[in-house]
Amino acid sequence: MLTSQSHGVSSPKSEVTALVVDDDKVSQMIHHQLLNILGIENDVVVDGKQAVDIHLSGKKFDLILMDRDMPVMNGIEATKKLRDMGIRSTIAGVSSHSSSKEKQEFIEAGLDVYHEKPLSAAKLLSVVSKMKHTA
Amino acid sequence: MERNNQLHRQVALMRQSLFDQGYLDEQFVQLEELQDDTNPNFVEEVVTLYYRDSARLVASIEQALDNRPLDFNRLDSYMHQFKGSSSSIGGRKVKAECSQFREYCRTGNGEGCIRTFQQVKREYATLRKKLEAYFQLARQAGPRDTASRST
Repeated sequence: MLTSQSHGVSSPKSEVTALVVDDDKVSQMIHHQLLNILGIENDVVVDGKQAVDIHLSGKKFDLILMDRDMPVMNGIEATKKLRDMGIRSTIAGVSSHSSSKEKQEFIEAGLDVYHEKPLSAAKLLSVVSKMKHTA
Repeated sequence: MERNNQLHRQVALMRQSLFDQGYLDEQFVQLEELQDDTNPNFVEEVVTLYYRDSARLVASIEQALDNRPLDFNRLDSYMHQFKGSSSSIGGRKVKAECSQFREYCRTGNGEGCIRTFQQVKREYATLRKKLEAYFQLARQAGPRDTASRST
């Protein structure tokens, strides 16, 4: 069983914070639980606009798990917008798109890292281990 | 005690058969790893959410397949979402049929789409029945003291 201790994320409550940005409820639930188990406090929003709005409200996160395809504002637009706002959080693109062109477009929007869905514990830990703490 | 051990053995066998018969893949094991004392029914909850949420996608695809001419971009977009969700719960056969459907969308093969969608729905329904039976038995057996999981 995963635990924050067994995977090197400091516990009981890690100082790391994360934002899950995904319109798919199944992905939201999985990523939310994955982060919880690793002791990473996290919020969940359903599209890129909400991701931008939560930052405009003053909240900051060390890590943002950003889906690509979302209604209202997609992950590419949201990533660009957040970078334009000066947000330097680690933004991990998590998408089920697999063409290299689509992946490149997403990365060029300002991602630090890109992973195919579904995100596993191992992938998330590799992202967390390379993270910058900005919150 | 013996009855309980028997139930746990049945649960383990049923679980293994889901992998052996290709219904589930490694992602299901990843979900099981996320189950803990605060969320002891996490996997079942995720699967329940998947079936509830994907029902609208299935309906949207069906509706889109009734339209003429077929909008392959729209169909592909719906199926992309459906495939993503199915993949998130480890639905291997469902995912495979979704991929086939998307291939037919890419080549503009309407008959292929219609035919494959029937397969998608069959695998989707079969997986649901099998997982429902598995979760029901798992609930009967109750929690295990040790977890020894392998695919």
